[in-house]
This record gives sequence, structure tokens and C-alpha cells, in this order.
Amino acid sequence: MATQAADKPALKTEGTAPDAVVVRFAGDSGDGMQLTGGQFTLSTALAGNDLATFPDFPAEIRAPQGTLFGVSAFQINFGSREINTAGDAPDVLVAMNPAALKVNLDALKPGGLIIADTGEFTKRNLDKAKYDSNPLEDGSLAKWDLLAFDISALTIEAVKDFGLGNKDALRSKNMWTLGLALWMFDRDRQPIIDWLKSKFRNKPEIADANIAALNAGHAYGETAELSGPLRQVQVAPLPAEPGLYRTITGAEAVSLGLVAGAQLAGLPMFFGGYPITPASAILHHLARLKEFGVTTFQAEDEIAAICSAIGASYAGQLGVTSSSGPGIALKGEAMGLAVMTELPLVIVNSQRGGPSTGLPTKTEQSDLYQAVYGRNGDAPIPVISASSPGDVFECAIEACRIAVEYMTPVMLLTDGYIANAAEPWKVPDPDSFAPFKVEFLTEKNNGDQLLPYKRDENGKRPWIKPGTPGLMHRIGGIEKQEGTGNIDYSPENHQAMTDARKDKIDGISVPDQQVTVGNDSGKLLVVGWGSTFGPIRRAVSNCRARGLDVSHTHFRHIWPLPANSGELLRRFDKVLVPEMNTGQFKTVLRDQLLVDAQPYTKTSGQPFKIAELEAAIEEALK
Amino acid sequence: MNELTKVETTLKDWETDQEVRWCPGCGDYAILKAVQRTLPQLGADPANTCFISGIGCSSRFPYYIESYGFHTIHGRAPAFATGVKLANPDLDVWLVTGDGDGLSIGGNHLMHVLRRNVNMQIMLFNNEIYGLTKGQYSPTSRENTRSPSTPLGSVDHPTNPCAFALGAGARFVARGFDVSKNLPDVLKAAHAHKGAAFIEIFQNCIVYNKDVFDDFAAPKGAEDRQLWLTHGEPMLFGNQKTGEIKGLKLDAANFRFEVVDVVDGDWQAAGVQVHDATNRMLAHMLVELPFGPFPMPLGVIYDDPAPTYESAVMAEKARASEGKDTSLAKLLAKGQSWTVE
Ligand code: SF4
Repeated sequence: MATQAADKPALKTEGTAPDAVVVRFAGDSGDGMQLTGGQFTLSTALAGNDLATFPDFPAEIRAPQGTLFGVSAFQINFGSREINTAGDAPDVLVAMNPAALKVNLDALKPGGLIIADTGEFTKRNLDKAKYDSNPLEDGSLAKWDLLAFDISALTIEAVKDFGLGNKDALRSKNMWTLGLALWMFDRDRQPIIDWLKSKFRNKPEIADANIAALNAGHAYGETAELSGPLRQVQVAPLPAEPGLYRTITGAEAVSLGLVAGAQLAGLPMFFGGYPITPASAILHHLARLKEFGVTTFQAEDEIAAICSAIGASYAGQLGVTSSSGPGIALKGEAMGLAVMTELPLVIVNSQRGGPSTGLPTKTEQSDLYQAVYGRNGDAPIPVISASSPGDVFECAIEACRIAVEYMTPVMLLTDGYIANAAEPWKVPDPDSFAPFKVEFLTEKNNGDQLLPYKRDENGKRPWIKPGTPGLMHRIGGIEKQEGTGNIDYSPENHQAMTDARKDKIDGISVPDQQVTVGNDSGKLLVVGWGSTFGPIRRAVSNCRARGLDVSHTHFRHIWPLPANSGELLRRFDKVLVPEMNTGQFKTVLRDQLLVDAQPYTKTSGQPFKIAELEAAIEEALK
Repeated sequence: MNELTKVETTLKDWETDQEVRWCPGCGDYAILKAVQRTLPQLGADPANTCFISGIGCSSRFPYYIESYGFHTIHGRAPAFATGVKLANPDLDVWLVTGDGDGLSIGGNHLMHVLRRNVNMQIMLFNNEIYGLTKGQYSPTSRENTRSPSTPLGSVDHPTNPCAFALGAGARFVARGFDVSKNLPDVLKAAHAHKGAAFIEIFQNCIVYNKDVFDDFAAPKGAEDRQLWLTHGEPMLFGNQKTGEIKGLKLDAANFRFEVVDVVDGDWQAAGVQVHDATNRMLAHMLVELPFGPFPMPLGVIYDDPAPTYESAVMAEKARASEGKDTSLAKLLAKGQSWTVE
């Protein structure tokens, strides 16, 4: 695998085309940077590059204009080689105002390119960004290439024929900038033009103004090319496996995976949700998929969201709920009821920085303890974690499968990064997944007696829909008698039922754990789970290219762990567990496998950088 | 109410083999019997009937009814029931809750199930105390209630369940009490109402709050203290035998009721108000009527159906699905895609 010197800006590789480029668009949260990034991503995907993105935006919807905490950024890494992360450091930083420059400058590679809108570098904005002097003029940006010009004025000029006021005209600034970026990387403008026309189909003058701005930005690149640091860069497409591709975010993928999972189970889906960042996008996506047998219910709170989903499962649909850390905490008691009543349920947790409200829009993996242990009583539930936006699709199907095949709630972990990030996704053939069609009990299962808690060879009890003649019975949160499900507080029964619930989850069949990169044994195994997949894979690959004896394995099944986990980890001299928390999976591994797993942790709300991981690997191998 | 084929059953068919575990003499026994007596009269089908409860003495109810039953978690029964009704609107759902379960920990959910108007019967057993946790005061306990958690007497103001229900947007509000012979009629009216039907049932907790409703529920003098409401009938109370009949008259100028004597049965002459169960303003006045100067209004206070939540959800779903492609393969490939050869 090709490696790239981390400190050399991609655009400076004279004469040769770079194999990857990292661009960060940064501006005020009202500047439309997420939209710009999203459309640039689409054009990049259509150009055939591999890519990864990282949207990074403030928790406030309309933070005060021009302030440091109101900066919204979108980073994309794209290339002619396999791309695993959104990139450690940008080669190009587009800064729409002084605050955006200040917040993002540290990340920019030395020698990288800054594109700045001088029209926004006013005294007022410089003050808000806490600049004493104008960085565009005081020489403080000497170690970077600087391209500063008045994008605001150029945009107003470009749209002057459309009769918009200054304020409205300036809204097209992001499209002007996107036009320039499209020129820089030689991208087709047409898909963006089509998108603008459809987005503003009821306001054709706004569509036209945006298209004019886009074209003007593009034309600016063409004419300004001769002088200065701006030049066109070609990034070749990555030859990919043949097939149909699209870009997908984790939130989209989880929604589609749930729809697919419900279909494979042969069930209508009921989704109970409550608005929370960054999980709401799942509710939004599913609310538009009613024709696929999906009922969405925006409940009055997180508790009602899960309780309604359990109610729907009880009535014979596939109940699903989703939230983020604080909301998951509220759902804990109801999860216990789903464990006790042994009803299928999928709980999606899009993790964010915690504790409490924490960092709503930043990513973290700190809900693993909550997922595995976070309920009263002995209440085991299977936990699955997704490693990328595309991987969530399969994980969601897997969660549905386990939920109905074992009559249990299942927790699916994603995180803010996966939920918002986009990647190219090879569209799967739905027929390639084995169905797991549900059969409800329709007659008495023990001679002329009904035993709602009679278990099959997997320890699973039957699913009985209310409305079925002759199978009336009562269930609830009080300890159930083996077989009958009637109330039973007796010591032997509680022991037996606790054991049965535990054995059922422990016995869930999950595939054996494989090594993702490297060898089956050796000096160091880097163990990951969740959205750290990209950076770990890249870092391990880079280290291996330098001759280091290091391998990577990435866990999808957190609980129960694959049966061969202990044996796999013990084949390595050392085990390193990078996580965006204080070492939670490390604890589970130590506890379950009795291996000396060492933590490498980060809780800054930002994904791991490849360079950080490489350093940690080198340190571990010393 | 569901328009389903009526099934013939007897009271016995609705009894389970489970030992009933309420304290001997608890008002819950009478309510259980009233429900078991009512269900056959409704032609209800045990297989299609579902009792859903929260936590508390009242919430043990589903274990004792031979139908589908779900004993859930504290306060959240309305949310479970909403999910059940959205998944299968044809099920006949009865919700059982109490004053602590429904108005304290579950107040939020009760409000929303009423405002959404999910079709079910909601029985709130009001005993003005926490029974199962051994007698703490509840959100309906009167001021100065002495309990283990308020040894010097409670100082907070109680809530009024029927006023709460109306405020939340309920389209059916009724009252009854455990040993009342009229309770089955109230239950039948609730069942006939399409939408969320709220019934406050005063229930005697003989262990922790004994006879707290005797002021109006005790047989002696009951005629003077109970105002049984019937739609289209005058609001009369008092002793039929002695002929001491009284009625409620609307003092329109001051927007309040007054008690008037009815002479020789001529209630019209006395200006007694006729009950109109579809009049929401009247319902608000009735549920706020201070007991003492006035009798306790019982029976169907308000009954004015509106479209149910689940029917609206189903209709919207059908509309949104009409003519739509349901190919999963197409859905997965949606949006701007490209092909690699
Ligand atoms: S504590 Fe009160 S309400 Fe509970 S069962 Fe005993 S008498 Fe009935």
C-alpha cells in the first residue's frame, strides 16, 4: 500500500499527480460549509476517487456570526489510492472568515494552501476572532501558501443580475467557493447544477444566482491560474471493484439496514424515536420510508420511544429505537423489561462525547460500558458495533437477525463520526443476504398447555402475538416462572431464569474474529472496534510498510465476543487497544479473556490521527 | 370500541388461575369483578383483548384477567399501549394505572396518550396513596395527609385527575368508584367511545388510606353526595323516597353552579341544568366542582369523540405508500450513483 509522507503537502508534489489530497472547508455556521462539503464529496465520488469525510460543526444551530465557537468545518480526504480516514492534516484550507482561519490553521500542513475571503477580514470580524492584526497582511502565515481575495465582492458581482439584496447575494458565497474547488480538481459542474435546480425548483431565481456564483468561481480559477499558488491538480480515479456505487452516511446506512433487516425477518418495522443529536437523522430517514412497512413514532421522550417500540414488538412488529448516550441512559429500565419479557428489539446508539450533555456534535466511543453493563440486575444484551458508514448497513441487518432469532434486545453502536461521515458504498444486492423469517406461535406448544417461556435449542422462547386465539397469557417485569411465565419469586426459579437469560446471550453464534491487516500471530496486535477502523487500518498498514511486526483486528461483536477471541489475542506478544474513551473495551477484553490488553486512548471529540497511532504502535514495539 | 364480532363469554371465562394478591378487602377486588362482569356484556373476545399496566397495586390487574396482559414498568404503560395500538389497531386495549403510576412518574405519558387520542380505555385507580411501597402520600393525596414520608402532614396541593385529563385534551372523561353498582355502565360507555377514554375510579386502599372516599362513597347519605350524570338528563340528586330532590342550576351571570331545591319533581321550574356530555366547557365546570358544597359528579362527564391517532397514522401511511415502488434494491441504489465497469 502506498504511503505518504505526512508532512508534505500533496499539492507540492511537482510534476506528479498526488495520490491523495485533504481539503477542509471552514466558515461560519451560517456559511453553508456542510452543504459545500457534501456537494464536493458527491463530485469527488462521481470522479471515481476513494474518499472519507469528517463534518465538524458546532452544537449551536446559529452560533453568533464570526465567533470562534461558531466555526463549522467539513474535511474530505480523497485519492487514487484506498482512503481510510478523513486525513490527519489538510493540504488545502478554505477559510471563509478570520474565525475559521484561526480555529483550523493549526491543522494545516506546513506549505499547505490557504484560500481566504478578504471581504470578511474586517476589523469587526478580526476582533471577534481575537486577532490583533490582520493575519493575511502581517506575515504570520509565511509558512503556508496564501491565496487571499475578495470572494464576497466577487460573488456579489457574479449574481448582480438577479436582483438580490446584498445579504441574499452573499448566501451564494459557498457556491462560488465550491466552483473554485471544482476547478482546482477538475470536476464536472453539471451534477451540482442539477442538484441546485432541483433544490430550488420553487425559487428559480435563487437557483440561477447560485449557478452563476458556481460558474464564476470556476471561471476565476481558469483565469487566475497563470499567477500565484493556484493551479489545477489531477487526482486519478481509484480502480474499484466493478458494480454500482453511491455515497452513503452512517445515518442513511443504518436506516436502510433496518429496513432490509425487517424485510429479511418478514416483519413490518416500528421505529420509536425522540429528537437527539446525532441520532435524529435516522428518524428523519425512516419517516420517509413508509411504503416499506415502516411506522415511525416521535414519542414524548426517550423512555416513551423505547417503550412504544417494545409495545410494537409485543404486538408482533420489529420494534426499533435509537438515541445517543443521554437518551440511552433514560431507556435503561425499559431495556431491562425487554430482557425480562424476552422480546426482540433493536436499540441504535449513535455515541457522542459525554458524560451528561457532553459534546453533542463530537464523536466518542464512551458508551461501551453503558451498552454492555448499563442496566439494573443481570441483564445481558448483545452489543454490535459498526466500523464505517457502509459497514453499518450490514451491522443493522445483523442486529435485526439476532433480535428475532434469540428474542432479545440488541444494541447497535455507531458514533457521531459514522452517523455524519460519508463514504463511497458499493450498493449491495439485497438477495445476497440470507433471510431469517419469523414464525409466530399459533397453537399451544406443550400438549394442551401453553408455555410462553418454553425454550428452543437456542434458549429462545416463542413469540406470541396478542390476537392469536387460544394463546392468552400474561407477561411483565416480575421474575417469571420457567415455562409458564407466571409470577415466581422463588430462589431456585430466579437462579434458573437468570442462568437461562445469560446462557441464551452467551450462546449467540457470532463469526470467528479475523485479522484485518497483517499476520495471525506476532509481536503486536492492534485491537479496534467502531469508527476507529479507518485510522487504525491505515496506521498499521503504514507501519507494516516500514517493516514493523504489527497486525490489526477489528471487533464487530462486542458482546458476546467471538469464541476464538482469547486464542487470537494470545498469539501476539502485545495487545494495544486504541479507543476514543478512557479504555472501556480494554477492560472488557481483560475481564473476558484475561489478556494483558494495553489501552491507547483519546477523548478530544476528534477521531484518531494516523500519525498518533503510528507513534503509539512504535512506542509499543520498543 | 372496536367493531369486531362479538364473542359469548361468562364472568368465569375472564378469571385466570393466578392467586389474586391484593390485601383482603381492597377495593381492587370490586373493580376486578366489575370489569369481569362487563367484558361478557360487551361481547369482548379474550383473544383480542389486551390489558396493559404500569407498576403499583392497581397494575397487577392484568395477571387476573384471562386475556393478553402486559405488566410493564412504572408510569410508562401509555407508551407501551401506544406502540401496541400502532402495531395492531384492532386489539381492544385496556390500560390500568394508579394515581402514583399515572399522575406522578407517568404524568407525561398519560398526558400524551390523551392528547394523541389513542383508542383505548384508561382506568386510573385513585386511592390517594402509594400502596405497594407502603403508604407514602401521592399526587392526589389531600393536603395534610400524614404518611411515612410526610409524618407532619403533606403540604403540597393534590392534582385532580379528571381536570388533568381534560386539560390534556381527553375526549372522554368519566368517574366511578370501586363498589359502585354503576361502574359497569361507566366502563361500557368508555368502551363504546372511540378514542382514549379516561375513567377515574376511586378505590379504597383499606390498609394505607382506609375509607378516604366515605364522604361520598359510603352508602349512608350517598344520594345527597353523589351526582350521577346522564347525557340529556337533568343534573339531579337527593333522596327519591323522601322527595328531597336537589339539582344543579347554572348561575350564568357569575359562571358557576348553584344547588337548588326541586319542588314536586318540577326540575324545569327550578332551572336545573340538563347534562350535555358533548359540552367541553360544562365538563370543565363539573370536574372542578368543589366537593362539600356540591355533590361528587360521577358517571360520564364528557364524551365527544374525535379521530383517533392510530387511524390518522394508518391513513397517512397508506397515502404516502400509494403507487410507491417498494423494491429494496431500488431503494438502496437511490440518489446519485455511478457504475464502475
Ligand atoms: S395496599 Fe391498599 S391498594 Fe394495595 S392491595 Fe392493599 S389495600 Fe389494595
